[in-house]
Amino acid sequence: MSTPPPLPRWADLVLLPFLNLCAAFLICGLIVYAIGENPFEAMGVMVRGAFIYQGGLGYTLYYTTSIIFTGLAVAVAFHAGMFNIGGEGQATFGGIGAALAAFGCAWAPGIIALPMAILGAVLAGALWGVIPGYLQAKRGSHIVITTIMFNFIAASVLVWLLAGPLIQPGQSSPQTAPLPDQTWLPGMSDMLARAGVETAHTPLNGSFFIALAALGLFWALIWRTRLGYEIRAVGQNADAAHYAGINGARVIIIAMAVAGAFAGLLATNEVLGSSHRVVNSFTAGYGFTGIAVALMGRNHPIGIFLAALLFGALFQGGAELDFEYRTISREMVLLIQGMIILFSGALAYMFNPPLARLIARMAAGREHSCE
Amino acid sequence: MPGKRTGGGGDAAPLALRLEGISKSFGLVRANRNIDLDVKPGSIHGIIGENGAGKSTLMNIIYGMHRADEGRIHVAGQPVDVRSSADAIACGIGMVHQHFMLVPTFSVLENVMLGTEGGMFLREGRQAARRRIMELSERFSLAVDPDAIVGDLNVGQRQRVEIIKALKGGANVLILDEPTGVLTPQEAEQLFDIIRVLRERGVSVLLITHKLAEIMAITDTVSIMRQGKMAGHRETAQTSPEELAELMVGRKVLLEVDRTPANPGNVRFSASGLGYTNPAGIVELADISFEVRSGEILGVAGVSGNGQTQLMEVLAGMRPLTAGTISILGTEIRADTATSPRRIRILGVGHIPEDRHHHGLVLNFEARENMILGFHDSALTGTGFLMDQSAMSSNCRERMAGFDVRPGNPRLNARSFSGGNQQKMVIAREFSANPGVLLVGQPTRGVDVGAIEFIHKRLLALRDAGCAILLVSVELDEIMSLADRIMVLCAGRNVGIIDAAAADRRTLGLMMAGQRQEGAVA
Repeated sequence: MSTPPPLPRWADLVLLPFLNLCAAFLICGLIVYAIGENPFEAMGVMVRGAFIYQGGLGYTLYYTTSIIFTGLAVAVAFHAGMFNIGGEGQATFGGIGAALAAFGCAWAPGIIALPMAILGAVLAGALWGVIPGYLQAKRGSHIVITTIMFNFIAASVLVWLLAGPLIQPGQSSPQTAPLPDQTWLPGMSDMLARAGVETAHTPLNGSFFIALAALGLFWALIWRTRLGYEIRAVGQNADAAHYAGINGARVIIIAMAVAGAFAGLLATNEVLGSSHRVVNSFTAGYGFTGIAVALMGRNHPIGIFLAALLFGALFQGGAELDFEYRTISREMVLLIQGMIILFSGALAYMFNPPLARLIARMAAGREHSCE
Repeated sequence: MPGKRTGGGGDAAPLALRLEGISKSFGLVRANRNIDLDVKPGSIHGIIGENGAGKSTLMNIIYGMHRADEGRIHVAGQPVDVRSSADAIACGIGMVHQHFMLVPTFSVLENVMLGTEGGMFLREGRQAARRRIMELSERFSLAVDPDAIVGDLNVGQRQRVEIIKALKGGANVLILDEPTGVLTPQEAEQLFDIIRVLRERGVSVLLITHKLAEIMAITDTVSIMRQGKMAGHRETAQTSPEELAELMVGRKVLLEVDRTPANPGNVRFSASGLGYTNPAGIVELADISFEVRSGEILGVAGVSGNGQTQLMEVLAGMRPLTAGTISILGTEIRADTATSPRRIRILGVGHIPEDRHHHGLVLNFEARENMILGFHDSALTGTGFLMDQSAMSSNCRERMAGFDVRPGNPRLNARSFSGGNQQKMVIAREFSANPGVLLVGQPTRGVDVGAIEFIHKRLLALRDAGCAILLVSVELDEIMSLADRIMVLCAGRNVGIIDAAAADRRTLGLMMAGQRQEGAVA
């Protein structure tokens, strides 16, 4: 058992994820072939569905927006050395907070009401992150366990609210009344139409820009601020952080608050931006997709964006696939996603040793030929 | 030639181990280049070299952990292809690693039979292992109780268990990687006795070390490595520490520290009745009192694990004080005072921790980020909302130049530096804050000879500039050559403080074993 040499940075960041992706698509292609369809054609349908067909790109970016928020929620916690499984619950609370703030500000003009609704989403998400953070930091309750439990609690709270206090009067379905108009985020096609560009109507909305800003904010926070330095120090080496006088418990609590806040922002896309009301299970599993995205994106904003785009395209392209083929169902898309998570999460380093040896041999060969 | 040879007849007998042209690269780093090595049967062969010289890589190749890119290995005259440690064991090569690979909750017997359990109910394995332990301990005078729990054994005994494990497969070549790092002088002597018995029974011992004194004391032949190459092979009887040091470093090295007498001033740092009881209720430090004056080094000697770590961490605020008081530059800290590493640092205490990988550095951080560890909210990162990256880089570059850290690249991860350069980074950071009091733990552990010389000089310069220094080290030579007074810890208690001028190895060794000596001040 000899240990392979270290992989160069570019190969680690670009080549390895690419190979993992190829492996996942290869297996899926074989399965598509096995059920009697042409995998290349199916792939073409997916790509066209996600990017080229009328409205495809809009839907892809709409999904991408939500996944970016939950991906960031996982990544912030990850930099502090914690595994935040609670994106789902934190996003649920974000929706509740956004709705409460929006209804509370029904009297106010949009310039006040909309920021308040966004703030409501951020604060409520942060609350649902900070409690597990506190329990981990001060009580030693494992963050993985508590955040999973908090997902269930959040889901139950949401059901209770939607079935009781917040239900739309005179309706029997578990959803709130539409939010006041002035708290709606503008739709992308409307904004483009105002600029004179006609596009298909899709749920893509102003929240996409909030997601891009969140990516930038995340980068600055983690790599440019003193708080980010403390978060990374605690995550990389808690003992060294303690030696350096960094209060680890405080950093963990703050990091979980920030993580929850990012997850809470999902409500800007799903609630303020598209459905304009809170419906049951509006988080739709994005919290869990965020885990895969943060892992695949190596907890870096660019990586998270690309991974979120990939998953957004899979959602949209997958729906198209389901629509076009009788033999390929929605489950096939789940299979592809599962394969990608398997190869880029669980088996992320499977190709590392052979790749490292190959690169080392090539580098050595080049060096020899230079001598 | 010292020592009796039973391995027999000179050139006629095949070599126990022969390496020819071994090369190994990791990416662009050529860890071993064209290494030749001959080890005679029944001899003690030393391998000495600085950190990063390629000793560990070479040993890992012999033991099958790495595979050489080029070259051949012969064991007992036969060419062999060692692909795994199992292959190595089958070829009769055993290895005792620097960090013990034992299961502390298992008995000696269970540890020895690991890997050769023999059957689901362990009956055969257990009996065979017991027989083998008895046989080996008789043959090589390795006395251990097979039924003792490893966690209860002292370090010297654990090492014996490791040696038995290495020999159980019938090894003829035994590799010992830095075996004396954790031993008292007396325990090290016992280990040397064991090594000599092994030699008499025909086992060849490969002793990896960076301590010149050990090479001179026990080996028959020695090979010196430098920058991945063999810098030379010598008969130990025909060489000198000076020559070995020069071969290791590639230039002349000052082995003795050139020091002027101390000129102590006011008391800057003191402890009185200091005690620490851990959360489990075990008393780890009790009734420790000392004073350190400006311009003085107080050495803390003791066998590793006798409370040094706890003492340093209590003084640095990393663990709470549970009894007594500490006084730092006029500020008194009592057991009920809320304290933190941050507060102690603000009072003017620098701390070079014992374990740079565990505490002193974040290995995945860039050098410039490590250079502000503990100071990230000081002026070093600028005054703006965001940290000033260019200030961090230029500050780091400056310090790396001042403390000869190589390569002087602030963007390189700390992990990529050699042990000596990592340590110099920690020292550069702590020295640059210009501390009034400095806590120094094991400043030269795992550091090469050239860097040791440099670190010692800088410590003495800081002392002469008026700093009060508390120096913990398990290297007696280091304590004796640097400290002005020496406090000895045993089982978390202060055995006494003696003047360094009056200290000798024997006295200190007895004190380290817990015997109070005349002339020592409690």
